[in-house]
Amino acid sequence: MFNAILCRYGELGLKGDNRGYFEKTLLSNIVQVLEPLAGVSVKRLSGRILVTYQQNVESVLERLRLVFGLVSISPAIVVKPDVEEIYQAAEHLFSGFYNAKTFAVRCRRSDKRFPMKSPQLGAWLGSRIIENHPDLKVDLGSPDLAVNVEVRESLALVYAAVYPGPGGLPVSSSGHGVLLLSGGLDSPVAGWMAMKRGIKLTAVYYHSFPFTGDHAKQKVIDLARRLAAYNRGSMQLVIVDVASIQETIIERCPEKLRVTLLRRMMLRLAESLAAQIKAQVLITGDSVGQVASQTLESLNVISEAVDMLLLRPLCAMDKTEITALARQIATYETSILPYQDCCSLFLPRHPATRPALRETLQAEALVEWQPLLENAFNTREVINLAASLS
Amino acid sequence: MGTDNIIYLDNAATTAVAPEIAEAIKEIMVHNYGNPSSLHGLGLKAANHLRAARTTLASCLGTGEDEIIVTSGASEANNLALLGAALANQRKGRHIIYSAIEHPSVIEPMKFLSQKGFEVEVCPVNKHGIVEQPVLADMVRESTILVSIMMVNNEIGSVQNIAGLAKAARTVNQKVYFHSDCVQAFGKVMVKPRQLGIDMLSLSAHKLHGPKGVGALYLNKGIKWNSLSLGGGQEGGRRSGTENVPGAVGFALAAENACKNLEPDCRHMYSLKEHLLRLLGEQDIPFAVNGPDPLDSLYSAPHILNISFPGIRGEVLMHFLERDHIYISTGSACSSQKTKSSHVLKALNLPGERADGAVRISLSPCNNRQEIVRLVESLSRAVSQIRDLV
Repeated sequence: MFNAILCRYGELGLKGDNRGYFEKTLLSNIVQVLEPLAGVSVKRLSGRILVTYQQNVESVLERLRLVFGLVSISPAIVVKPDVEEIYQAAEHLFSGFYNAKTFAVRCRRSDKRFPMKSPQLGAWLGSRIIENHPDLKVDLGSPDLAVNVEVRESLALVYAAVYPGPGGLPVSSSGHGVLLLSGGLDSPVAGWMAMKRGIKLTAVYYHSFPFTGDHAKQKVIDLARRLAAYNRGSMQLVIVDVASIQETIIERCPEKLRVTLLRRMMLRLAESLAAQIKAQVLITGDSVGQVASQTLESLNVISEAVDMLLLRPLCAMDKTEITALARQIATYETSILPYQDCCSLFLPRHPATRPALRETLQAEALVEWQPLLENAFNTREVINLAASLS
Repeated sequence: MGTDNIIYLDNAATTAVAPEIAEAIKEIMVHNYGNPSSLHGLGLKAANHLRAARTTLASCLGTGEDEIIVTSGASEANNLALLGAALANQRKGRHIIYSAIEHPSVIEPMKFLSQKGFEVEVCPVNKHGIVEQPVLADMVRESTILVSIMMVNNEIGSVQNIAGLAKAARTVNQKVYFHSDCVQAFGKVMVKPRQLGIDMLSLSAHKLHGPKGVGALYLNKGIKWNSLSLGGGQEGGRRSGTENVPGAVGFALAAENACKNLEPDCRHMYSLKEHLLRLLGEQDIPFAVNGPDPLDSLYSAPHILNISFPGIRGEVLMHFLERDHIYISTGSACSSQKTKSSHVLKALNLPGERADGAVRISLSPCNNRQEIVRLVESLSRAVSQIRDLV
């Protein structure tokens, strides 16, 4: 009898004049992720979104749970706004909930032409239900089963369960960003957090063959596919080969600054990409103090390489918190595979933990980077990935 | 063999299936697809193919046909051999010995037996990767029921004197059963269990240009052994499951080729190895050989060479060669995907850096001198490039 899912969004409602825009984005994101499924339709009710389906309820639910902006979802029964039909639907709820000893009926009526007023409808439904289930007691405070009824102009909704959604803002309602994605634990989580705040992502991965092998690249592709599930079902992954840049750094620059310089080059390449695809922000997985390149001094010197906005969603998180989130979003298993995303050959024995900007700029001045950067950028590989659901 | 322009030197990991063997397998798959247990004519035809394959395998090994169990590969054969023998003989004693350089499909069953109350001991090897007879004899006791020592090691190519080791163990306790993992030995050294005086040995097809997913276990007719694979009673009740007829046919063809050409193939591979070492010696790059003297045909298998270049990590070198379409391996294929270094190289007491730097070059009779020349050119170019970077 269940034939629909009622989707609620919370924070969006607070956005004043922009509300329509947020709602439209959310609606189109839902349409996008459900598109591969047959027999599904999505429509806007006032303040709600209603998804009706003919089959595959699990697939529909699984996909909706990945749509940022949804605060909660409820499997529901859609019927005509007719008291007898509403009663039959309410009865159906009890068939799936054998252990209910207490219940409540909660009615709302947005179509004021409906013949009964909300309290009247509730009382009538309650007494019909008790007639059929003499053992049931009414408990308006905390019932085992709450029968929710919403009567609207052309339809009525009946539902019981309310499941939490992922929250956040609809992806792309905040804009477009470039995620620097490595094969590690942190950057996928950073990407997830950015998407949660409505940023649509394009991911960039810095490959460095033959310093790192194709297994490392495959790992990043798998991670990007997983993140795509949150990114309206797809992810563009841009792969830039930085081997010649790495070689030049090793050959021409002080050993202890290798990582600092490489990170600056990576940000510059990401900035070029952002300019090309009109993204407004760069996102990295840095967490303050985690490794040498993540001290405040390092982060300062590295960020200095670019002008555009750079966000580090994990900056104040501990490794244990990041790990827990990685498990939750199912990137953990891929991230812990051993293929290295940066060659051990490249890592200095004693990296600078507090690089000075002046020293870094002097080291950088030894090489004409522009042609190297341009060549790396121009030979980039672009892959469009469809989401993999876990 | 294989795709043009590729130089495949990872033949200890797996080999290309010989085209005529692939054809024969396809013929069985498409036209002779009967189940050998079926009572109709198609079943009989399949049973005859299987029997012919078993006859070929038995004649290659010089054993009775009923002593050959066709398995899904050597890992299964090792598991069946060790667990089945331990289980059947636990009343005679619970002491088991295996060497420090065994394949994981021997080590893991041994660990399992140790958890089940068996007393499992590891026999060390000398710095060339050889088990010394007095060392083994010293470990054998009255309660020893089983000894397992691989004939040719997959990482360093060391060859054990299996006949001598079996004799040494039996001098102390004549009831000891002797198992040998002969995956890398078959087709490279003489493998005749009756002449070697051993009771069980494991084989795999895909190391000899045969298909993956098929192998064999030789079980001496007189041995006390329990089956662990119960069901329809195939393979004389010792390994249930519908027989892999195409696999067995492919395996038999591969085994027949390998046995028929054993001597010329070995001479060819030794001469390639010799050529490789001579060319490498002429380059101005220092390297060290891990394991036995590579040109001592008594202790070193013809097809495996394990070398380290000081200061260069194996995986980096591997990827550099990949750039020239030359495929080699670091350690063994299984352990190269884990970050920890190889237990075999550890057993040789090599310094950690040398173990991390180890690469394995493994030949097949299909390789030629031209390929060795290109390998050395590429190696020497890669080593000096990497040197310049470090």
